[in-house]
Amino acid sequence: MGSHLWNRKHLLGMADLSREEIQSILDAAASLREVNRREIKKVPTLRGKTVINLFFENSTRTRTSFELAGKRMSADVINMSVASSSVKKGETLIDTLATLQAMNPDVVVIRHPESGAQEFLARHLDTAIVNAGDGRHEHPTQALLDLLTIHDHLPLLDRSGFEGLVVAVCGDSLHSRVARSIALGLRAMGGEVRFVGPPGLIPPKAEEAFGARVYHDMEEGLDGAHVVMALRLQLERMTVGFIPSVREYFAFWGLTRARLARAAPGAFVMHPGPINRGVEISSEVADDRERSVILEQVANGLAVRMAVLYRLCGVGGGR
Amino acid sequence: MSAIPARDAREEILLSASETRALIQQMADRILPDLARPENLVVVGIRRGGAVVAGLLRDRLQAALGRQIPMGFLDITFYRDDLRTIAPNPVVGATDLTMTIDGRRILLVDDVLFTGRTIRAALNALFDYGRPECVELAVLVDRGGRQLPIQPDCAGRVIEAGTRETIKLAEREKGEWTVVCRRPEA
Repeated sequence: MGSHLWNRKHLLGMADLSREEIQSILDAAASLREVNRREIKKVPTLRGKTVINLFFENSTRTRTSFELAGKRMSADVINMSVASSSVKKGETLIDTLATLQAMNPDVVVIRHPESGAQEFLARHLDTAIVNAGDGRHEHPTQALLDLLTIHDHLPLLDRSGFEGLVVAVCGDSLHSRVARSIALGLRAMGGEVRFVGPPGLIPPKAEEAFGARVYHDMEEGLDGAHVVMALRLQLERMTVGFIPSVREYFAFWGLTRARLARAAPGAFVMHPGPINRGVEISSEVADDRERSVILEQVANGLAVRMAVLYRLCGVGGGR
Repeated sequence: MSAIPARDAREEILLSASETRALIQQMADRILPDLARPENLVVVGIRRGGAVVAGLLRDRLQAALGRQIPMGFLDITFYRDDLRTIAPNPVVGATDLTMTIDGRRILLVDDVLFTGRTIRAALNALFDYGRPECVELAVLVDRGGRQLPIQPDCAGRVIEAGTRETIKLAEREKGEWTVVCRRPEA
């Protein structure tokens, strides 16, 4: 492990992170995983720090992960339920944050349905901000945990680094902030990204924007891939009919054992969760302990979020 | 001891590789008579330099005792008391304590003892893993400058150093460890 430069006050996205900055988070996360395996799962690192989780969208996994991450680092963690907050009374986003800032938190973790909301807030407020997902834009901690999970499995692929690694991101990458963030993260680390899916669910100018190669044929897109990442079909973000039916989607784009056979030997399967079984991935593949690393992703998510809080609080104490 | 000029003009070698080896042997010789129950001993090195010294010290103890001694490693990064004042990118290593330490005699090993803050952090970390019978501290170099009431049970060498000087273990060639002093530019 090496020493890498991290001088950022916020974590807003993967777009402008360097390989060294990403590595600094992965290094800290790799070390922090050990804390989560102890009997006493706590270190005193962030004692006296305050972390506020502010989620404007429903979330169980990410919110719980951030909450536990803060608590395991000994920070005081407050979960704000927007449903019962003044946001519902007409308060603007910036007023909400300004009010929270007056309480002197060190870090505010924000999930918001609008792309760019966290970036806007970071420009106007002093508190360190972590983007826990903004609309269709980015979800950096998901990308970081995915990179850590991939990194763990590189030896099984006879690789020591990300260079030349082919990751097939399959499904609805148009609506997916996870797809954007992992594509940007992989590009920074030297990996190769493929977006595989129906034409209507691939972001425009994907090659230009993300350095991703686009495939509209599932088998072709999986051919020789080292990692296969199935994306959740985001029915809640689809306001127009992008697909004829869920059944037809699975028939053409579902990740099955037969299709996975097209990938490279030793290729493994990832999914950001929650899974739509029988829609983007078959239960047989999702539950295959030999190939699926989905639960490892969850465990790594906790360590990565601990590492993010640690790095941000280490830069001016999160202020 | 005469200082041997190193490649860096601001750096001098305080202990050559052979002197370092001899010093670690002397430390082992001092520790051995006190080991009433060697089966209860666990050697724990503090990353990074302390882990090296711990490995070398354990080798000597194992050779003398003719038995295996369990060893673990502590990374105290997340126990430091200076999150806001350290460089924003401390090197983070891995803690590796796979054995139970409840009721064990812990020989905590570091390369250089200075303020005592690292040892304080290491003790906090250790007690998150269990309740040892006792903890003893062995250091290769005690450079003084203590800020906490912490003293070694076994120090290889006491070297007075100024607060602006850095004393550390350095690998000159593979497996050849020296102790060097680095001084900032005037």
